[in-house]
Amino acid sequence: MEYEAVIGLEVHVQLDTNSKMFTRVGTGFGQPPNSLTDPVVLGLPGALPVMNEEAIEKSIKVGLLLDCKIAEVCKWDRKNYFYPDMPKNYQISQYDQPICEGGQVEIELAGDNPSRMGPHRMVELTRIHLEEDVGKLTHYEQDSLVDYNRAGCPLLEIVSEPDMHTPDEVFAYLTSLRNSLVAAGISACDMEKGQLRCDANISVRPKGENTLGTKVELKNLNTISGVRNGVEYEIRRQIRAIEEGTPIIQETRRWNPEQKYTTPMRTKEMAHDYRYFPDPDLMPVQIDQAWIDRVRKELPEKPFDKQRRYQEEMSLPYSITSALCGDHLLCAYFEEAAGLAKSAGKVANWVVNDLLRELSQANKVDEFAEEETEKITPQSCAVSPQMLAELVNLIEDGKLTNNVAKELFPEMFVTGKSATELAKEKGLDQQSDDSEIEGICAEAIANDPDAAEKFRGGKEGAINALKGAVMKATRGQANPKVVDETLRRLLAS
Amino acid sequence: MSSDSPIFKSATELSQDLKAGTVSAVEITQAMIDRIDTVDEKVNAFLHIDKEDALAQAKASDERRARGELLSLLDGIPVGMKDVISVKDQPLTAASKILENYRSPYDATVVRKLKEAGAVVTGRLNLDEFAMGSSTENSAYGPTRNPWNLDCVPGGSSGGSSAAVAAREVPLSLGSDTGGSIRQPASLCGVVGMKPTYGMVSRYGLAAFASSLDQIGPFSTTVEDTALLLEIISGHDSLDSTSYPTEVPSYYAELKKSSEPKVLGLPKEFFGPGMDDEVRASIEQVIEYYRSIGYQTKEVSLPTTDLSIPVYYVIATAEASSNLARYDGIRYTSRSERAENAVDVYAKSRGEGFGSEVKRRCILGAYALSSGYYDAYYLRAQKARTLIRQDFEKAFTEVDAILTPTSPTPAFKFGEKSDDPISMYLSDVYTISTNLAGLPGISVPSGFSGSGLPIGVQLIGKAFEESSLLQIAHAYDREHLHGQKAPNL
Repeated sequence: MEYEAVIGLEVHVQLDTNSKMFTRVGTGFGQPPNSLTDPVVLGLPGALPVMNEEAIEKSIKVGLLLDCKIAEVCKWDRKNYFYPDMPKNYQISQYDQPICEGGQVEIELAGDNPSRMGPHRMVELTRIHLEEDVGKLTHYEQDSLVDYNRAGCPLLEIVSEPDMHTPDEVFAYLTSLRNSLVAAGISACDMEKGQLRCDANISVRPKGENTLGTKVELKNLNTISGVRNGVEYEIRRQIRAIEEGTPIIQETRRWNPEQKYTTPMRTKEMAHDYRYFPDPDLMPVQIDQAWIDRVRKELPEKPFDKQRRYQEEMSLPYSITSALCGDHLLCAYFEEAAGLAKSAGKVANWVVNDLLRELSQANKVDEFAEEETEKITPQSCAVSPQMLAELVNLIEDGKLTNNVAKELFPEMFVTGKSATELAKEKGLDQQSDDSEIEGICAEAIANDPDAAEKFRGGKEGAINALKGAVMKATRGQANPKVVDETLRRLLAS
Repeated sequence: MSSDSPIFKSATELSQDLKAGTVSAVEITQAMIDRIDTVDEKVNAFLHIDKEDALAQAKASDERRARGELLSLLDGIPVGMKDVISVKDQPLTAASKILENYRSPYDATVVRKLKEAGAVVTGRLNLDEFAMGSSTENSAYGPTRNPWNLDCVPGGSSGGSSAAVAAREVPLSLGSDTGGSIRQPASLCGVVGMKPTYGMVSRYGLAAFASSLDQIGPFSTTVEDTALLLEIISGHDSLDSTSYPTEVPSYYAELKKSSEPKVLGLPKEFFGPGMDDEVRASIEQVIEYYRSIGYQTKEVSLPTTDLSIPVYYVIATAEASSNLARYDGIRYTSRSERAENAVDVYAKSRGEGFGSEVKRRCILGAYALSSGYYDAYYLRAQKARTLIRQDFEKAFTEVDAILTPTSPTPAFKFGEKSDDPISMYLSDVYTISTNLAGLPGISVPSGFSGSGLPIGVQLIGKAFEESSLLQIAHAYDREHLHGQKAPNL
């Protein structure tokens, strides 16, 4: 029998705000444990939460980005349960009036031809709500340690409809969502830092059936590939169970990324009664149209819209746009350089091939480094968009050969010197001085009368021997186009 | 002790004496410490007092005065704190074993304001554990006794705050009022106690019992002193989302202005059976007085009065069950030595750390919020709360303030109600609806029973119209000053 999986995702995204959700304490990753705390974060007697406007605004932004309906009024509820990662033993969240409802995420699936854009579809969202993050527990044999630096950071939960059916769709959904959120400055979405976390609800049913199978919630999916692998495994496990006649239990399972299998965590019977009720310490927040309009004005172009624009308006090939559009910083760099250069297409090639290569080499993680070093971005690297535009224009103007430019680029990246500067230093600037080229060409013809004769006699290929001689004499620095023209002119006279 | 001693003076009088230079802040604080040393063994109002710190604050006040840098009329005047209000580096137990070893690392907003006004913030005052109770018998550190009769309760939950002022151990104190916890003990101890409008005084730094009902308020021997203290602690606070952005007038200055006679409402539902005869007589005497100075009285109806207690015990316990979850034995609260695993830490620490009334309310509240019962209890109680509020709004279209007894009886004996939670809950029958409606209420001493126990009258005002309420209360108080009488200790 053929089976179909039905998958919904709950994605938690840490909002990149200056301060925590309910207090002035700052946020940040990698700070000394429990240094980002105060009476509110620690839940000391008498401490009270005060809503962070930036967190609401960023949530509105996400809602608009994903075409959700933004709530006119949203309120805060307490989710009560005892666990040491939560200082108050309740989490401030949104129960029945989330800040966003509905919405969709555009995803792209692999098509038949990898050099063409694949099919796109919309994955429907149920809701997005804002809540506070909890602390981080580290378990040892005897003791557990808790770090409250993360506790109280604003966390957005984006809940999709059970609208995906394959691990590839899940992968595409997470990639697209992450690209959009990063581009809008919502979050860095680094899964390793816990800035993006994902739980998957998975069920399986015979293909063609409408009722949903028993749902399993999968946790501990710590990387985007991990999500794909975990979901893939869980689908196979469920199909196998159905075929073996073992009932699927509604439960929460944990993905073990090293051993690559899922194990049960808790069953539905063990589910908590969270005793949700409106938090009496916080007032509901009214979101008026003016606020929404203001945020809408700051929305960046959606990554897929940008990609379509690059293809349609700039005639960039799909392979180039797909390499560009996953990274909004690269896009910004590209657009700035393209605006200054004579060929946007050439700029795109340089960005996708050379700039990306240099960046990835420069950002190679040193496993033995004591501290994490700041990543070099297109914006912070030594080659500014102006410098790349200049390089491309030199080639276009015939002042620099492509080969020389390829040689120069890594040096530009290291030294921050411009192409003109480096070419001068190295005596590599292309010889386009016509009289000089003309002299060298005349000399080549004089040195090889045989070839000249053959060419004049109609043997087109004979010119290559002359060209080779000119290039040799100029150590490859002559512009081939100019050499070709000059030789033909001289041979014709 | 001579009646000239600072301890028998109101804060206003002390402020004048300080100004005249006839007494120093250090002398006042020292007199207070001596008084505590003499009488608190009997009264047990104080859980803790940092004498050195108090004297240092007083000394700093005297030095300011010498430099002519006075911060306010309260500069140099001691103010005691109910042990649920955070004072930096001082203990905060909430009269619970579970917070036995906790010290607050920060000041509550009211404390910050008092310190900025130069007041000597000192003393941790006894209460019913986590402000849950009406007699201060629920303290893990032993009950406070009524200074007027040591066999009687001082009321509660702010029994330490009311008894300390009544016993002249401190001229002013702060308490918190969730269902009558300031007004009822003020009435039972013969002092003035006021619960401001919800949102008037910041709750930041007040260990929460029921967030939507809690409000900090003053105790004093006169309405004048209450006005003085209230204007310092009131006002919007960016650290409390429920604090209301409103201008705070100088209540003290407003009090001095002459005010027109007002219309007082007498809710018929409050004057039915259940009221002690002596209380009734005392209240009637107050009503007569108001009439004699030109006030009008008018019968009004608050038909949802009988819903108050059930509604209160659903909402207050629901919020409490969540608010008290943080006391878990994990970090700053005492951990059970018998705990062998994570669940044990919670269950045993809370089991050993909380008293029975706190446990009763946490269980009640968790039940009211649990899945399947939420609509029937919590949601319904919230709807009824709206009706109660509307009753008051309607009544206030006809009258300026509502006058009722504060408590149905004078102070009762220890043990009289402690085994019967319902009868204990009923002692707040006149005060609870004020909290549910978020209105300001004040209890003013109205005289004494035949056996010498104080009786109090409650005046309930319109939201955020503390000034008018204080004027009305002052009109009676300035001519009677029952709160100025001191018990024999």
